[in-house]
Amino acid sequence: MPGHHIIVGGGLAGLTAAMKLAERGEQVDLFSIVPVKRSHSVCAQGGINGAVNTKGEGDSPMIHFDDTIYGGDFLAHQPPVKAMCEAAPAIIYLFDRMGVMFNRTPEGLLDFRRFGGTKHHRTAFAGATTGQQLLYALDEQVRRYEAAGQVRKFEGWEMLSLVQDESGNCRGIVAIDTRSLEMRAFPADTTLVATGGPGLVYGRSTQSLVCTGSAVSACYQAGSTYANGEFVQVHPTAMQGEDKYRLISESIRGEGGRVWTYRDGKPWYFLEDMYPAYGNLVPRDIATRAIHKVVFEMKLGVDGNPLVYLDVSHLDPVELNRKVAGVLEIYEKFSGQDPRKVPMKIFPAMHYSMGGLWVDYHQQTNIPGLFAAGECDFQYHGANRLGANSLLSCIHGGNICESAMINHAKSHKSAASAQIFDQELKRQRESFDNIFKMSGPENAFAVWRELGDIMTENVTVVRYNDKLKATDNKLLELKDRWSRIGLNDKGKWANQEVLFVRQLWNMLELARPITLGALNRNESRGAHYKPDFPERDDANFMKTTMAAWSSDGPRFSWEPVDVSLIKPRPRRYDIDKSAA
Amino acid sequence: MAEQTQVLRIKRQETPNSEPYYEEFEIPYLPHHNIVSMLMEIRRNPVNRKGKRVAPVVFNANCLEEVCGACTMVINGRVRQACSQLANGLHGPATVEPMTKFPVVRDLWVDRSKMFDHLKKARAWIPIDGTYDLGPGPKVAPDVQQFAYLFSRCMTCGCCLEACPQFNSHSKFMGASVIGQVYLMSQHPTGKMNLDERLDAMMAEGGVADCGNAQNCVEVCPKDIPLTTAISAIGRQTTIKWLRDLFMK
Repeated sequence: MPGHHIIVGGGLAGLTAAMKLAERGEQVDLFSIVPVKRSHSVCAQGGINGAVNTKGEGDSPMIHFDDTIYGGDFLAHQPPVKAMCEAAPAIIYLFDRMGVMFNRTPEGLLDFRRFGGTKHHRTAFAGATTGQQLLYALDEQVRRYEAAGQVRKFEGWEMLSLVQDESGNCRGIVAIDTRSLEMRAFPADTTLVATGGPGLVYGRSTQSLVCTGSAVSACYQAGSTYANGEFVQVHPTAMQGEDKYRLISESIRGEGGRVWTYRDGKPWYFLEDMYPAYGNLVPRDIATRAIHKVVFEMKLGVDGNPLVYLDVSHLDPVELNRKVAGVLEIYEKFSGQDPRKVPMKIFPAMHYSMGGLWVDYHQQTNIPGLFAAGECDFQYHGANRLGANSLLSCIHGGNICESAMINHAKSHKSAASAQIFDQELKRQRESFDNIFKMSGPENAFAVWRELGDIMTENVTVVRYNDKLKATDNKLLELKDRWSRIGLNDKGKWANQEVLFVRQLWNMLELARPITLGALNRNESRGAHYKPDFPERDDANFMKTTMAAWSSDGPRFSWEPVDVSLIKPRPRRYDIDKSAA
Repeated sequence: MAEQTQVLRIKRQETPNSEPYYEEFEIPYLPHHNIVSMLMEIRRNPVNRKGKRVAPVVFNANCLEEVCGACTMVINGRVRQACSQLANGLHGPATVEPMTKFPVVRDLWVDRSKMFDHLKKARAWIPIDGTYDLGPGPKVAPDVQQFAYLFSRCMTCGCCLEACPQFNSHSKFMGASVIGQVYLMSQHPTGKMNLDERLDAMMAEGGVADCGNAQNCVEVCPKDIPLTTAISAIGRQTTIKWLRDLFMK
């Protein structure tokens, strides 16, 4: 008899897993708040890495592996990263076969471009909407299985919590229909959470509005370990906005874009100056800190504002349109200026969480039967993610969990008691009844803005222990004020406010391991930078931060990093990696 | 000096079957506001222009970069994504309404699941043998890729259907976007092999023959997809297939 699986999240990781499980004859229930085709994966622009070596540069999966580990500042467990890099070429070929319109060389082969943190042309791309194109290909394949009856989609449903049996095994979920607000318990042999990153914990980020981290927080509160939460990538080049910070892809620099600002009345290409070996294509944490330094320490922001230029106006507009039109169109639409003629004004913005749910090498969390894949797991990027590795890790994670999920389903066939589902459903109904009664003076969306502002100010590029402590105190204050929220919408139909109030609580819970994880880590590594502890400290901190939820706040423990394959060495980008 | 403001006149509807009504909100003006960020502003302070505290406006939005299609609405009579409609392009009070060709869930949120059903009907996928490693895909000429890429950016947002005189809640016509996807599949070397299956769907009820050639779709497509090129090409191919089927019988 086929196993029955729940997948929460219909982005690249979730859809990949759905396709793989359905191909093996399994039954899948797929939950997504938005129609899966509108998932956040569509925002990924630049491309997907795989050492296919079609440019005669001597690239190989082993070099990709080394770049990824080095770029991640030796915090990722090495065996799963190696497996991912080895799988990458076949993943790109698979998507090519599924009809993704990747850019081509004159011979009709896949074209590759350069991205940050590497010297090789390793990034396959479909214009500058690669994430969208990959997602659509998966959407089509999963629709094929949906038409065949193997995948049932629950679009417009949001996961609320896990259902666990007496031994702690995950036996399914409770979810809510965001239209009717009907709550139901869904049993399954295994559950995969593939719900992406926690961008909204930072208020405005490059992430989409569904990226609240709420489902991940629910797993964390149910006992799933949250690992390396403090490692949050701030992308160096984003447009500032009232509603979000719009990503301007690294592919812009991969295609020759230069970052500069005025110094002594003349353009200063500071990345090229500071990092001659990699120039504009240093990894994101390095570029972000350089921009911060230029703007805040040297006071050289454009017109005195926290902005610098990202410039493609010297490049051939025809070639730009062929390779990065999607990005340039976004800038043009939202700024009203043509970046082919005028340099873009950009500033760093929260972009990606390297941390996430702790998983083993088969994507299983510490809760048996609960799996995680995609941005919401912690596995592949260490202390900093290289550009175009995220699409890869999403698909790879979704790819490899299938066997472990099927095995788990086979070995846990005994039916769970109906009681555990009723209990959890009752608990969730009570929690919503309580939210509906809220009538205090606070506005949920205003509290959220405060959360985002303080997290952005203190838990992004530069971190100080006193400010991190103050941030955690603020989080406690916001949790207290949460209970004094007043609902403006008491409606029982498609009430987005009531759903958001619950998501906000989960964001506040998740913000704590992120903030306190940063407080605990007294070193600088990858995206985590403390001026008071400017060096990497392998003796004390080459370990995974493991946060376990408790009602008194996160409890921390540490896990050693598996560095059995590549010996840790200092990470430098001013000189060639091979020389470092 | 009085603070500059932006007025939004929003068409609201509490449930799918209740009567719609208009409600006005006045929001502090910022040039880089867009319709979605203004709706978010209303959520933070849901007070209408009469000073009455009301339920915040319900809307769909996700990526805010015009790549997901979620926030499609009718703004000053024209269908488009709300996120990319900037305040400094409005020049006066703006009317924001839900799309009219799809059932309203609540306020500005409409149910477009019909569009995904159409993709299912049209078998808009490339039937690969399996996901295991079978090596590289077929070679594709760069100009073919560049052309096909135009169609692969379709977000299933529904602008083309909102503007189409042939498409409405009781017609069977599947509309331009799905025809564009069938055409896209026919550009791919593997997708071509199953073209006949998709043409069958295009020849059935609600297929390409229902197009009235108004060409509104191509006018409103936010991604400038050459939809009419797809419609005429698929129209031609269905005619050829019809003749072929006739003589092969």
